[in-house]
Amino acid sequence: MEYMNIIFGEVYKILFLIIPVLVSVAMIVWLDRRVWAFVQKRQGPNVVGPFGLLQSLADALKYIFKEIIIPSSSNKIIFILAPIVTMTLALIAWAVIPFSETHVLANINVGILYLFAVSSLGVYGIIMGGWASNSKYPFLGAIRSAAQMVSYEVSIGIIIINVLLCVGSLNLNDIVIAQQNIWFVIPLFPMFVIFFISALAETNRPPFDLPEAEAELVAGYQTEYSGMMYAMFWLGEYANILLMCAMGSVLFLGGWLSPIDLYPFNLIPGAIWLIFKILFLFILFALTKAIVPRYRYDQLMRLGWKIFLPLSLTWVVLTASYLFYFNLLPVN
Amino acid sequence: MRLSRFLKTILMVDFISGLIIAIKELFKSKKTINYPFEKGKISPRFRGEHALRRYPNGEERCIACKLCEAVCPAQAITIESAEREDGSRKTTRYDIDMMKCIYCGLCEESCPVDAIVQGPNFEFSTETREELYYTKEKLLDNGDRWENILAANIRADNPYR
Repeated sequence: MEYMNIIFGEVYKILFLIIPVLVSVAMIVWLDRRVWAFVQKRQGPNVVGPFGLLQSLADALKYIFKEIIIPSSSNKIIFILAPIVTMTLALIAWAVIPFSETHVLANINVGILYLFAVSSLGVYGIIMGGWASNSKYPFLGAIRSAAQMVSYEVSIGIIIINVLLCVGSLNLNDIVIAQQNIWFVIPLFPMFVIFFISALAETNRPPFDLPEAEAELVAGYQTEYSGMMYAMFWLGEYANILLMCAMGSVLFLGGWLSPIDLYPFNLIPGAIWLIFKILFLFILFALTKAIVPRYRYDQLMRLGWKIFLPLSLTWVVLTASYLFYFNLLPVN
Repeated sequence: MRLSRFLKTILMVDFISGLIIAIKELFKSKKTINYPFEKGKISPRFRGEHALRRYPNGEERCIACKLCEAVCPAQAITIESAEREDGSRKTTRYDIDMMKCIYCGLCEESCPVDAIVQGPNFEFSTETREELYYTKEKLLDNGDRWENILAANIRADNPYR
């Protein structure tokens, strides 16, 4: 009985996190399409519900009723597992995102490492999907995606080291609290820009959407997927984008801290501020999608390995020397 | 030259100017319309769904001269005619195969009595092929339904004929 209580206590907490995340993923898909359309002076989805807000629900309903086609030459178990892995990994990472000082599902000491590990694992869903389809375009898409995500994780890792040098803790709440005086976006602005671009590459967003470049690869690793399995890839992708936005807000934009620590602002709960920051980053993501053409693959690799990696490494050395010279290294 | 290019790349000048343009465009009026709810303006000469018109007293205009049948490049029109009791020549059959029709408007132009016309309606998709074999009844029904607009269109286009 005792165990049951614990399990149900946890389940209810998890549901309280996952359901809002899933709903906001649906909303964010709508927002993405709408922003994209507005930049191109189109209307965008505006029929289902007020302002078309329920468009994603209608899409989901359509996907649910579609037939799931499993290619006969595919590796069935892995083929079915791939979207599940993508979506699960995109959702479990939310456990460590702090919505306020006390509202964290798992306030673990190595939160940032967990986040980084889970977002790195995300590539497995794509590789599994591409490989198990046993078809050339998904396979090429998966190869591209693997190389791309691995390359940009390196620079994201080094950017995180920059932040960690300033904080002295791997706990995400500590990272947020360390930004009480100044958000890291100001002293580490170049790192924020590189983080933003790497996050675009990490989540396969344009201009780095090479794994699903429709002009060359049909739909990349998603080509053979249909119905709800395709929708799960989609959900996972957008949940990952949201996660990257949340990670960016926690690392650079002060997480749940209010921008000004003054009377009317610090009354608003931290979760709202975090949501605003995530939304801001996401709108940047969406605008970027609308204005930039797709990179060529060699350009992508050059940007990752020959520009971002040395730049962020240099910045680590600079940050470390600055902190060391002025005796600002955080000591716990 | 190379330094300025380097600075431009490092400071992402192109990206930021693009972003500013995108944000400006975001708030401008949309160039597309909400199609099923609002529709674009259609010229009086628009060649849409066919209709057979009547005189104001309810008499069919068509005199079964078969000029439209002869001129139709797609041979989509089939006409059979007979003499009526009052001695006038009328059609007994006037079929248009809307799938053959190429919407060229020659039938409308050849008609001496403005009987067969192409109206402004372009939303007549159907679920079966059979529904697109238009009979005389269907065409006359179309004519009755659209008569006001058809007459206005013919009047508007009259000076240019």
